[in-house]
Amino acid sequence: MSKNLKEKIAFWIFRILSLGVLLILFWILEFIFVRGWHMLSWDFLTKMPEDGMTKGGIYPAIIGTLYLVAGSMIVAFPLGVMAGIYIHEYTLDSFFKRFIKLMTNNLAGIPSIVFGLFGMALFVNTMKFGDSIIAGSLTLGLLALPVVIRVTEEALIAIDDSFRHGSYALGATKLQTVRKVILPMAMPNIITGLILSIGRVSGETAPILFTVAAYFLPKLPTSLFDQVMALPYHLYVISTSGTKVAESRDMAYGTALVLVLFVLILNLLANALRKYLGNKVKMN
Amino acid sequence: MISSGISSLAVLLIVIFLFREGFSLFSTSPLENKNIIVVNKTNPVSKLNAGQIKAIFDQEITNWKDLGGNNDSIILFTINDISNYFSDEEVGAEFEFLPDKLNALVDSNPTMLAVYQDKYLAKKFSGKIVNVAKNNIPDFIMGKQWFPTAEPAVQLGVAPLILGTLLVSFFAILFALPVGLATAIYMAEVADERLRKILKPVIELLAGIPSVVYGFFGLIVIVPMIHDVFNLPVGETALAGSIVLGIMALPTIITVSEDAIRNTPRSMKEASLALGANKWQTIYRVVIPYSMSGISAAAILGIGRALGETMAVLMVTGNAAVMPKSLLQPVRTIPATIAAELGEAPAGGVHYQALFALGCILFLITMAINIWVQAISTRRKMNK
Repeated sequence: MSKNLKEKIAFWIFRILSLGVLLILFWILEFIFVRGWHMLSWDFLTKMPEDGMTKGGIYPAIIGTLYLVAGSMIVAFPLGVMAGIYIHEYTLDSFFKRFIKLMTNNLAGIPSIVFGLFGMALFVNTMKFGDSIIAGSLTLGLLALPVVIRVTEEALIAIDDSFRHGSYALGATKLQTVRKVILPMAMPNIITGLILSIGRVSGETAPILFTVAAYFLPKLPTSLFDQVMALPYHLYVISTSGTKVAESRDMAYGTALVLVLFVLILNLLANALRKYLGNKVKMN
Repeated sequence: MISSGISSLAVLLIVIFLFREGFSLFSTSPLENKNIIVVNKTNPVSKLNAGQIKAIFDQEITNWKDLGGNNDSIILFTINDISNYFSDEEVGAEFEFLPDKLNALVDSNPTMLAVYQDKYLAKKFSGKIVNVAKNNIPDFIMGKQWFPTAEPAVQLGVAPLILGTLLVSFFAILFALPVGLATAIYMAEVADERLRKILKPVIELLAGIPSVVYGFFGLIVIVPMIHDVFNLPVGETALAGSIVLGIMALPTIITVSEDAIRNTPRSMKEASLALGANKWQTIYRVVIPYSMSGISAAAILGIGRALGETMAVLMVTGNAAVMPKSLLQPVRTIPATIAAELGEAPAGGVHYQALFALGCILFLITMAINIWVQAISTRRKMNK
């Protein structure tokens, strides 16, 4: 077999397999969009579930997920950005820095169910928060922390050292340099990363199973110590457990669609923002 | 300074809380509800373990000689058998006479094995309390029986769960690695910029879809398909888990190995091309060997993702805690077990502790994988 024929065969195999990856995604999206589309309506988004969650809407699950996303970002965003700044701008390449990086990477690699176990042991049982928004937000916040740290670090690495040197040359202190020069420049990338981590947090089920999620609640939460329903958990329960799995199938398709749309919109938003803010910084 | 330590602190806290709960398992007895096992004082058997207790209750062991005792058949007595031996008046309205009655019963039956709660132990006890082996690490890891709520002694063997996890993850990678690697090579070396621009967001989106949606997709599409194709009684099998996990591991494998492939120095590729090799020969002989460490990192990271994945696996693998024999059987993985059972396990009980111990195993496995990957990438940096 000539070497060019071999090349042709190999490249065709690559092409087919890559096309396969593309098809898998379209298959999943097609499945969710085609079957869920007819469920999508204003009522579905803004009504409470009815008849053992076989009819009505998913309003409390949407609200619950929004609360959890907000709560976890309040935990993860300031801590993560500060940690990222400290690691990149303040530490030299010391043992300490390597240790922190190792730990951050390890934290990122811990399975989400282990976060759930930990959140239950610490926040729910030891700190006596019970199954509550605060316990769930803290657990999800910890899960998002390494993502935010890494995003911040990458955004800072992308900034050329000449900006730092320029700022020092004008007599600025390190803190001034970070606040007035480095952070504004890094912000677009940090915010993009933040949006992507919101996407990840909103879809997590395992960490909230034992820290906050409720099977069904007739009313919306009123305090930080209430349980909430959440979209991913809602999808899990109506598609697997319960007595009316078959009757609630349509609700499940609708919930899956809302969840995927949420992630999809966040992805698009992140990309658009990256472009928009990137241009703005360049113009300045 | 403080904020940067937060991730180390978080890992530390996770270790402390996980292991504190997990390891308390190994100082507790497999007997639940403060039960004790009592035999006649003349009985030579003074030690039993959880497996033996279960075998006795399942009638698999019916003779004391199997337990190192005399050749007598075992008479089993549990608190449910009360009415066969005593009338209501004999035990008293508040069970106040029960301790003495139980003591007398065991005294008069040299081959009896009685299980009751320690509060019914007589003041003038004249039998012998059998020493029940505590839960221990070898039995926990090697044990083949997972019955965390069995009465009277729980069976905490996690070998089927560990094997189930490894089986599902291994076949997931077996499927995802070739496809992922081919896509990575295609994106890095073959495809033009326009195609890359299509594929890149596709992969980002694949990574962004929540695992519960993958699980739902698997449940509705893949499970029935396996059910029909292989003509099985149930479609929820290890194979379904492997397929779903394989899809989920694709983005990790593609991104990490594409990065590695892109890092091949241009000069090496050009040298190969200049020697008359065509593109495929260059990829095969130069690019792949050069980026091997990055590709192996991708594979290991993919396995790590697959091992820890919870919801999707929980929804499609059928969750039978038996030793896996084939891909077409229901299996149960470690994360799925934790997710499915923690809600029903009373806090602080043996079952609860066992699930935390499972969490420890999972944590240690993923930690080892992370450190391994980091060792690979440091070595790569040093080689350059």
